Amino acid sequence: MRSPTFFVVVVAVAVLVFVAARLFGSDYAFFAGYVVLQYVVIATAWNILGGYTGYVNFGSSAFFAMGAYTAVVLYKTSPLPLPAVVLIGGIVSGIVGLGMGYLTLRLRGAFFAIATLAMLVVLETVIVNWDYVGGGRGTYVIRPQSVALFGDYIQYLVAIMLTLCVVAIVAARLIERSQLGYGFATIRDDELAAEASGVPTLRLKLIATTLSGAFMGMAGAPFPYYITYIQPSSAFALDYSVNAIAMPMIGGTTSWLGPLIGAVLLGTLQQTASVTLSPTVNLFIVGVLLIVFVVMAPDGILGLGRVVQTWWRK
Amino acid sequence: MFYELLINAIVAGVLLGGFYVAVTLGLSISFGILDIVNIAHPAFVVLGAYVVFVLHSEFGLDPILASVLMTPLFYALGAAIYQTYFISFERRGQSAQTALRGLAFFFGLLFVTEVGLILVFGVDYRFVSAPYIGPTLRLGAIDFPMRLVVPCVMSLALFAALQLFLSRTFMGRAIMAVSQDALALRLMGASPTRIKRIAFAISIATASMAGAFLIIIQPIEPSAGRVFIGRAFAICVLGGMGSLPGTVIAGMLLGVFESLTATFGGPSWAPAVSFGFLLLTLAVRPTGLLGR
Repeated sequence: MRSPTFFVVVVAVAVLVFVAARLFGSDYAFFAGYVVLQYVVIATAWNILGGYTGYVNFGSSAFFAMGAYTAVVLYKTSPLPLPAVVLIGGIVSGIVGLGMGYLTLRLRGAFFAIATLAMLVVLETVIVNWDYVGGGRGTYVIRPQSVALFGDYIQYLVAIMLTLCVVAIVAARLIERSQLGYGFATIRDDELAAEASGVPTLRLKLIATTLSGAFMGMAGAPFPYYITYIQPSSAFALDYSVNAIAMPMIGGTTSWLGPLIGAVLLGTLQQTASVTLSPTVNLFIVGVLLIVFVVMAPDGILGLGRVVQTWWRK
Repeated sequence: MFYELLINAIVAGVLLGGFYVAVTLGLSISFGILDIVNIAHPAFVVLGAYVVFVLHSEFGLDPILASVLMTPLFYALGAAIYQTYFISFERRGQSAQTALRGLAFFFGLLFVTEVGLILVFGVDYRFVSAPYIGPTLRLGAIDFPMRLVVPCVMSLALFAALQLFLSRTFMGRAIMAVSQDALALRLMGASPTRIKRIAFAISIATASMAGAFLIIIQPIEPSAGRVFIGRAFAICVLGGMGSLPGTVIAGMLLGVFESLTATFGGPSWAPAVSFGFLLLTLAVRPTGLLGR
């Protein structure tokens, strides 16, 4: 499928999802759907760095929280319309991503992963000690009851998150099929060889960390408006980091479809489990699924298709 | 007054650093020597602490005694985990993709352990009691809280035992050899897989002992291990990846810096110290203090 056609299809699917939710859904469908969509963006963003270049980011929640706290700062200083907040949140997290890229340039494999985890804790400590945004106690963000055109505010939030999903997925697919994507793949497969053959690995890595961080920040920016009370422990929750890794791993990391499948499956499963069982049990399920998949089906659900294919041919 | 505060902060830092050494020794074996990025190491420390808690509250065992008694259990757990890791990842070759999945595997283990503990024990703080928890030895103006002194002494003993084991026994030398050249080891007629399994099992056993020290030092809850992830890796890297004496020096150093930060800058900044340390080490001297 050509990229413009793909874009039209994705937009059409997004509009359909929204209309269907309005027609059949209750308010709860919007509340739960928002979380699933948020995970689609986060998982796709993680995959741009983790799946395409092979650099594991354990600090996804840090980028998410930087977006969220940018929104809090903007809310306290100069209230802007939400799309502008999302954009600025993305820029801030993108800069954080760029900074992280610079700091960890020389690190490969496990060291990079640990450094991202380190960054997560440093940023959380800074926010906990920053009283202006509520410090460790957290702060309230009061959202309007309703918005023109959309009615209830939660519908507006879902519409924004859907737009972000479209942008993230289209961007991921574009990257995959461009020179950039091939460059990323060379880094993943053999960084040393890529560098020796003249691939600008350094610049590509910085592009990947910046893009990945920016999308996570955009996913986080509407978060304070969604929960209306934000504190460091909820914005920096390790849940986001785990899900950001688990979803692409379970779906398959080689294509844009993997994180989408993983996020929709795991996200829906978690939303159901949170209600029917308990929020703790649903995290347990995610952890177990992650382990089972990396051990049994290393290429995720997308890879399962290939496994079945080879079996069939035997 | 200032000097009194300073000296007390340094002493507390050294004692705390002793405990950090216990947490990191196992990681120096698994991450430093075996090249297995066991990011779940601190989760096993907390698991060990909970087992001590159960042994203490059910059978009234002394925490230190319990820590020694339960090491075979954790040794077996470590061996089982290594076997799974070997079959699923190491045997499939050394590509970047397998390494990535190995990382995700341990991240999943970390999460499952933590959430599993929440499901079983809830999020309440748990603690144990022992004669040495509570009293403080005072020498002049300097405080020696016994709940820190006992773990510190124990972990230095653990270090000495491990160092002797690695440098003096056949198995210990084989473990050092497997990190240098697994193929050569195989040519000598030893199985690298078996040796790595034993070494990894030992590393998990030391994690459980560190867990006993943890519950002596402070009340624990299931996610108590998280703050040690950064600390343990910072110490391991700063100490020079797999050098046990380096681990001791780096652990003490980090303890002192953290204690000074907590005393003069406020306790809420202390967690950032280790990660600052880590980022700085990785950026400036990735081989660590006593790196090869």
